[in-house]
Amino acid sequence: MREVRLSIVGFGVVGRGVTEVIRRKRAEIKEKFGLDLRVVAIVDLWGAVLASSDGKSGNEIDVDKVLDALQRGKADGLSPRESLETHGIKVEDMQSLEVIKEVEHDVMVEATPTNVESDGEPGTSHILEALKAGRHVVTSNKGPLALHFKKLMRAAERADRKIGFEATVGGAMPIISLREALAGNEILSIKGILNGTCNYILTRMSEENLPFEHALREAQEIGIAEADPKSDVLGVDTAVKLVILANALLGLDASYKDVSVTGITEITPEALNLAKNNGYVIKLIGEVDRDGKLEVAPKLVPKTHPLNVSGTLNAALLKTDLAGEIVVVGRGAGGIEAASAIIGDVIRIFRSS
Amino acid sequence: MKVSVDIELRDIPGQLVSALTPISELGGNIISVLHHRDRKTQRGTIPVQIVFDVEESKLAMLLRRLRERGITVVRVGTERLKEAALVLLIGHIVRSDVKELIDAVDKTGFAEVVELFLCMPAIEEKSAAALTIRAVGKDELEQALEILEGITRDKGILIVRPIEDELLA
Repeated sequence: MREVRLSIVGFGVVGRGVTEVIRRKRAEIKEKFGLDLRVVAIVDLWGAVLASSDGKSGNEIDVDKVLDALQRGKADGLSPRESLETHGIKVEDMQSLEVIKEVEHDVMVEATPTNVESDGEPGTSHILEALKAGRHVVTSNKGPLALHFKKLMRAAERADRKIGFEATVGGAMPIISLREALAGNEILSIKGILNGTCNYILTRMSEENLPFEHALREAQEIGIAEADPKSDVLGVDTAVKLVILANALLGLDASYKDVSVTGITEITPEALNLAKNNGYVIKLIGEVDRDGKLEVAPKLVPKTHPLNVSGTLNAALLKTDLAGEIVVVGRGAGGIEAASAIIGDVIRIFRSS
Repeated sequence: MKVSVDIELRDIPGQLVSALTPISELGGNIISVLHHRDRKTQRGTIPVQIVFDVEESKLAMLLRRLRERGITVVRVGTERLKEAALVLLIGHIVRSDVKELIDAVDKTGFAEVVELFLCMPAIEEKSAAALTIRAVGKDELEQALEILEGITRDKGILIVRPIEDELLA
């Protein structure tokens, strides 16, 4: 049995999803892979919870207790820190970089929000610091990978550690790991639907003949679109993911500014109707090929095409030299979905090392 | 060149062979023959539609030989524009002169706008148009789409093109 100590940096939807999955799957992962996943640090802007400070188990955080405290505290209208402290969990005044450096652990799960404008911070510093301290990294944060792919890969190589980033693209849909699954193949091009929010909006507009603003508001009401939906509907999020795929799967040296980006804000129900009458749907497609074409734009997709997936689903079509075309489809968003990708990365790292 | 001809044959033995013979004599390659026995005309003749490939220079001679054999040629269609694509335009299309867009494609000589559906929801709102463009070949079609993209960009009209691979091979 190998003990794997994890820190979780960023305790929002994804960080909590990871904790929840560890709670649910721990015994199974022990049995199947011989890995004992123990969360030893959780850190967010409100402070840090450490294994050594929960007073009971000594070498790991009681994740049940943390999740319950947060849930109950939220119901009482408390902040995360208040929730934890009210339920007897000690919160340290430690910053994320300090925890990454000082607390002994094997893998840092970086789950802070993506920020493309601010040079991918704080995610980029978290990852570099963790590698420097000799820890593996698993992240759902797109910013650092999209902006500093080469730099991070080199840092990992120097430190002889691994970076898992399956969760950055397509949520639960496996795509980064297709590198291993398709080993020996050259991936020639990728076309995909990489943003569930846009796909939901276009699906609803088409089904119900709704104007864009209306479908967007509906998506916000049911929690599919964020309060500030710009990154999604302007195609920025898709472009960021496309850059990661370009670098990781096609071996390009691409960055966000190389992508030609058109979002879905100009699409009208009339246009969707005309498409429908001619046997097409409109989808926001990210596209990359070996010649360095990097484009995000609404495209006409034949109704019978495998990329015609509806709702919040993501899908990607990869062209390869040996295997021909491969299509993957899956859930692109959600805490448990992202956690599925993160846990997969963690298991892969420690199974192979 | 791909040619489609509609002819009418008398309902007696040997007529179809007689009609097809000149095509093979002139090196044509028959692609399909539709024999519409169920649509017999009031004159008692049977409509037949033949599609074939033949050199352009031999078409006139071929039609003459068919007529010499007493075969009625009702219609001759030559299909010059083989490739087609649908594109959508979204924006103030009519106000910004849709004719200019069509002309720009048509005057290339290798591509034409063959169909246009227009939807104008309200006077101040953006219209949507579906254009079918045909061209003599794939490269020419791509060129025509690029011309269209250039003009629409200047006019602030969004163009939505089909994804490149239509189906999995």
